[in-house]
Amino acid sequence: MENTIISLRNAVVEYDGEQILKNISLDIIDKQFVTLLGPSGCGKTTTLRIIGGFAEMASGELLFNGVSIKNLPPHKRQVNTVFQKYALFPHLNIYENIAFGLRIQKLPEDEIRERVGEMLELVNMRGYEKRSIHSLSGGQQQRIAIARALVNRPKVLLLDEPLGALDLKLRKDMQIELKRMQQDLEITFIYVTHDQEEALTMSDTVVVMRDGMIQQIGTPQDIYNEPINAFVADFIGESNIIDGIMRRDFLVEFAGKEFVCVDKGFGKDELVDVVIRPEDIKVVPQQEGAIVGVVQDVIFKGVHYEMTVDALGYNWIIHSTRSEEPGSIIGMNVTPEDIHIMHKSEDE
Amino acid sequence: MKAPKSLAIPYAVWVLIFTVVPLGLVVGFAMTDQDGSLTLENIFAMSEYMSVLFRSILFAIIATVICLLIAFPASYIISRASAINQSTLVVLLMVPMWINFLLRTYAWMTLLEQNGLINRLLGLIGLGPYNLINNSGAVILGMVYNYLPFMILPLYSVMVKIDQSIIEAAQDLGSNKLRLVRKVILPLSMPGISTGVIAVFVPSVSTFIISRMLGGGTNDLIGDIIEMQFSGNSYNPHLGSAMALVLMIIVLFMMSLFNQFGSEEDVIL
Repeated sequence: MENTIISLRNAVVEYDGEQILKNISLDIIDKQFVTLLGPSGCGKTTTLRIIGGFAEMASGELLFNGVSIKNLPPHKRQVNTVFQKYALFPHLNIYENIAFGLRIQKLPEDEIRERVGEMLELVNMRGYEKRSIHSLSGGQQQRIAIARALVNRPKVLLLDEPLGALDLKLRKDMQIELKRMQQDLEITFIYVTHDQEEALTMSDTVVVMRDGMIQQIGTPQDIYNEPINAFVADFIGESNIIDGIMRRDFLVEFAGKEFVCVDKGFGKDELVDVVIRPEDIKVVPQQEGAIVGVVQDVIFKGVHYEMTVDALGYNWIIHSTRSEEPGSIIGMNVTPEDIHIMHKSEDE
Repeated sequence: MKAPKSLAIPYAVWVLIFTVVPLGLVVGFAMTDQDGSLTLENIFAMSEYMSVLFRSILFAIIATVICLLIAFPASYIISRASAINQSTLVVLLMVPMWINFLLRTYAWMTLLEQNGLINRLLGLIGLGPYNLINNSGAVILGMVYNYLPFMILPLYSVMVKIDQSIIEAAQDLGSNKLRLVRKVILPLSMPGISTGVIAVFVPSVSTFIISRMLGGGTNDLIGDIIEMQFSGNSYNPHLGSAMALVLMIIVLFMMSLFNQFGSEEDVIL
């Protein structure tokens, strides 16, 4: 039942002789919430602009329901965009901003009124019709920008870091609202962000990008639990990344000790990255620990304490609900399932 | 921070000496005869020159419209260029303005003359000579050439503030190029248009140098007639003041009419 609505094939984008996108292929499944996630400069916004029609590919193909739209100008595409800086029309009031796309389609006045009303309802902004956009807060402007894009009933909504300028509380509320809208309207959202938590909260599928290349595509659970390389592991949540050597299947050596793990299929004595999540390290009495270290630093983070522990030449980050005194010696244990072995990234 | 009101004194003195007092003198001259007694004769004498006044306004309107038609796309292109290209293009636009106004207009005379540069070049390919100078077209050309930067600069400075994402948003919502201009760029450029229109229309309607040098005496404008009342052989500062006063009132009236239209346009769009 899963239909691919947008398909990007071998997309290459160059700017000033530099490759911004290096041969990207990506299938977007209809009615999904897809997030393009990565640090700034990774090419996520460029990917979005290709789909919107605002960036050109040096080579590659862009299919919409199987038909090439590569050469279609933006105004002929069945996608709408919510821009990073909202980009509302300053000369129009809120009603006219939302009605803009409908007026271009020359719809009858009563249909325009009905659909604008529906949208104001959807974004909780009823009663603001006559207000000027200058009188709105950032969060309200963003709601209007979303309404202005959705009123055209696009097949796909593109969102370019739409919550970036909002404060934390408002951002959390809007994340939930956006997800609700996407599920109610049953349309595809393609969402660009550098905020990994945002990506995990809202997405059906996360696309992790770096340096113009896709690192990993998967569900939030996949990406978090089974990161494909150290970069993804580090970018999605905090990680301890340690150099290790794969002695044989199910046995890895790191920090001078051998550990049983659940990974296999690596070369004998292959150099690998060992990734351990901070919350997967158990703090135990010194004599019971596989690794013993000295607590350097403790920070209270609300739900948990974040401790830095010096052991065997590494600074380990541990998340625990109990705190230990700085300077105390503790033991650390980790179960085989929580040791993730990854091939070394080629460029490191 | 609020600037102290005393800072406005130099300007207030300046305006008093060079605007308010001369304006009073013009009104005074216009309303009196040679003996100094009050009269409306000078104003009524204007009726003789209605055709000249009409021609001045017509030429100024044509020149303003042409300036607007050239400046609008030119300003838009400049405003969308890269930062370096923008400053280069603006400087190129300003360069002719560094050269004396009279010299620039003389240059057009030598270009347009019967045996001027253009006719000689056309002659090389067996065309012409054409009558390029001493007609209304040459006068309007002179106005457009001299005052075009006054249209481009305010338009450019308004357009450069239009965020690229607003233009992209309009395209994203279905605007083709025509609708983009009509529904977004034009209304957002309105402040620049009204400034530019005033900056071109006012000097055009009152010019006398351009019409004298390029009009060949058959296309006198109201500015020429006024100038003659002060320095020509038909010396009559009373009539000249009356003409200046009537012209000023007409210009003010047209400008307020235009501004009215301009602000309504904003609301409709």
